[in-house]
Amino acid sequence: MNYKVNEKGYYGDFGGAYIPEMLYPNVEELRQNYLQIIAEPDFQKEFHQLMKDYVGRPSPLYLAKRLSQRYGANIFLKREDLNHTGAHKINNTIGQILLAEKLGKKRIIAETGAGQHGVATATVCALRNLECVIYMGEVDIERQAPNVARMKMLGAKVVPASSGSKTLKDATNEAMRDWINNPIDTHYIIGSVVGPHPYPDMVALFQSIISEETKKQLIEQTGNDQPDYVLACVGGGSNAMGMFYHFMDDENVQLIAVEAAGKGVSSGFSAATTYLGKEGVLHGSRSILMQTPDGQVVEPHSVSAGLDYPGIGPQHAHLFKTGRGKYVSITDEESLEAGLLLTQLEGIIPAIETAHALAYLEKMEFKAGDNVVVCLSGRGDKDLDTYIKYFNL
Amino acid sequence: MSLFLKSQISNLNSIEMNRIKQLFEKKKNILSIYYTAGYPDLIDTVRIAEALEKSGADMLEIGFPYSDPVADGPVIQASSKQSLDQGMTLNILFGQLKELRKNVTIPVLLMGYVNPVLQFGVENFCKACAEVGVDGCIVPDLPMVEYEEFYKGYFEEHNLSNVFLITPQTADERIKKIDSLTNGFIYLLSSSATTGKNLEVGNTTEAYFSRIQNMNLKNPTMIGFGISDKQTFDKACAYSNGAIIGTAFVKAIANGNIEQNVSDFMKNFKG
Repeated sequence: MNYKVNEKGYYGDFGGAYIPEMLYPNVEELRQNYLQIIAEPDFQKEFHQLMKDYVGRPSPLYLAKRLSQRYGANIFLKREDLNHTGAHKINNTIGQILLAEKLGKKRIIAETGAGQHGVATATVCALRNLECVIYMGEVDIERQAPNVARMKMLGAKVVPASSGSKTLKDATNEAMRDWINNPIDTHYIIGSVVGPHPYPDMVALFQSIISEETKKQLIEQTGNDQPDYVLACVGGGSNAMGMFYHFMDDENVQLIAVEAAGKGVSSGFSAATTYLGKEGVLHGSRSILMQTPDGQVVEPHSVSAGLDYPGIGPQHAHLFKTGRGKYVSITDEESLEAGLLLTQLEGIIPAIETAHALAYLEKMEFKAGDNVVVCLSGRGDKDLDTYIKYFNL
Repeated sequence: MSLFLKSQISNLNSIEMNRIKQLFEKKKNILSIYYTAGYPDLIDTVRIAEALEKSGADMLEIGFPYSDPVADGPVIQASSKQSLDQGMTLNILFGQLKELRKNVTIPVLLMGYVNPVLQFGVENFCKACAEVGVDGCIVPDLPMVEYEEFYKGYFEEHNLSNVFLITPQTADERIKKIDSLTNGFIYLLSSSATTGKNLEVGNTTEAYFSRIQNMNLKNPTMIGFGISDKQTFDKACAYSNGAIIGTAFVKAIANGNIEQNVSDFMKNFKG
């Protein structure tokens, strides 16, 4: 089975570029150039140099002893939370800003939900001295105030998206509209493995550094680069795709993607896309999305802004449909409890997004000696307000 | 019946010209009006069409609303949302269109995004269009490649014109390909923009319109995006077979009496 993108931009039944003609030249320019530019030695050199000296890679693979004791398996945490800006998002924005420079772009736009991708984009724009405009839902601007302040300090203009549910989906719509109206000098840094081809493949390539490092670190620590399980949370799915990337063809490694069930998959307040969704087109690609029988996109819900998205990337849809990946979901409450548990057992406060992946460990049954890798995609500083409210801290 | 055979038969059918072809053969300076179905009230779709034909519109583009219309500006977004909130669905719309065809004789196109069409089923959608007397479709986010590979047969079988957009950035080769795939007309966007921006015919736009004029395409062209009054309409007509007005019209019918608003709006384009 092939899990990578084919020459037409599809992963099995999913992917493609369902975009209005106004976006075609931009997307086509990227499609024709991305692989070649990324493969160039000077691009690779600069990318890896920045990953090492600016981001702080490789991120550690940490054997969490007390967590391991609790679950009766070896639990390894891939510490993306230790990256500069506090999450995996920076891997992608570094890659795309270098690509945008090679394409001669002068202006950068991006969408953001929790603000992590917005901060990561504003950061690289400051680093490379490029104009930066971030679209963010009005609701998210309210609930993620510290990240809005960070983006402003970094010199970005933060534009509120006031249509629809005023969250990530609407911020993405606004960013696409901006790109339509600025077709020549602007590059759109999409933050997840969503959007028209080649975005899902390009973002996955930049995030694949996560599993590339993990394999090397597993050999050093266990003598075997193939763990029994790999877990990650999924909103659009970029940390999960980075975590799965180099394990997809190792068929004996179980890939587990954890979606946000919100208040429960049947509550009407959920973001469990594979459970609630159907095949269709959202934000430029054919995938699985939450929608009404008439094909209108449904507003999702999750306590975690980063998972509050009604779709998943097309490659995830393919992993789900072929059965290569196991897609499960975790409620708001379960995730918050798992976040506190990690804090108390290991001294690490995880992002609530990440806490969804950790919460699923409670539901698994392990054999002694099982090796399990969890992508610790981000740190929880941005979520303190939510933790404080939930636990009455 | 195989798709191949179906498309052979549809080639015979299309000799019976649809209303769009007939219109372009007999008329110049065509005025086409876009409006969102189910707006301002759910039941207004038919009234607006009748009033427009009475006031001299040559062609109608009726938008079926979508929750995430990325190619549209704030005015059409808001009208789409209002229509959806009032309960508009494709099934309801097809019912209204059946009613509409009792009195309306000018060509009607449906315009909207691909996901609602996919959920309805592309084949069912084309069939329903033909049954209620729709002449063509504009689905901006249905790519040319997918259309050609999977869906062209259904459109042709039901004698529906599928209209594609081009922008100043669209390469000549791609325009030729679009010209070969479509029948009806080609929709020239005056600039790369979401709907509702103003048309400024500067040197670059003029060069683009002339470039298209000189390509001798088999299909007629209509200019859209940014046409709001007689002046911009006339400019557009100088380079094409006519123009499409959307946002300005949707704004004009937001409040008050539909028939009066339509008649007042259409007076701007007379004389």
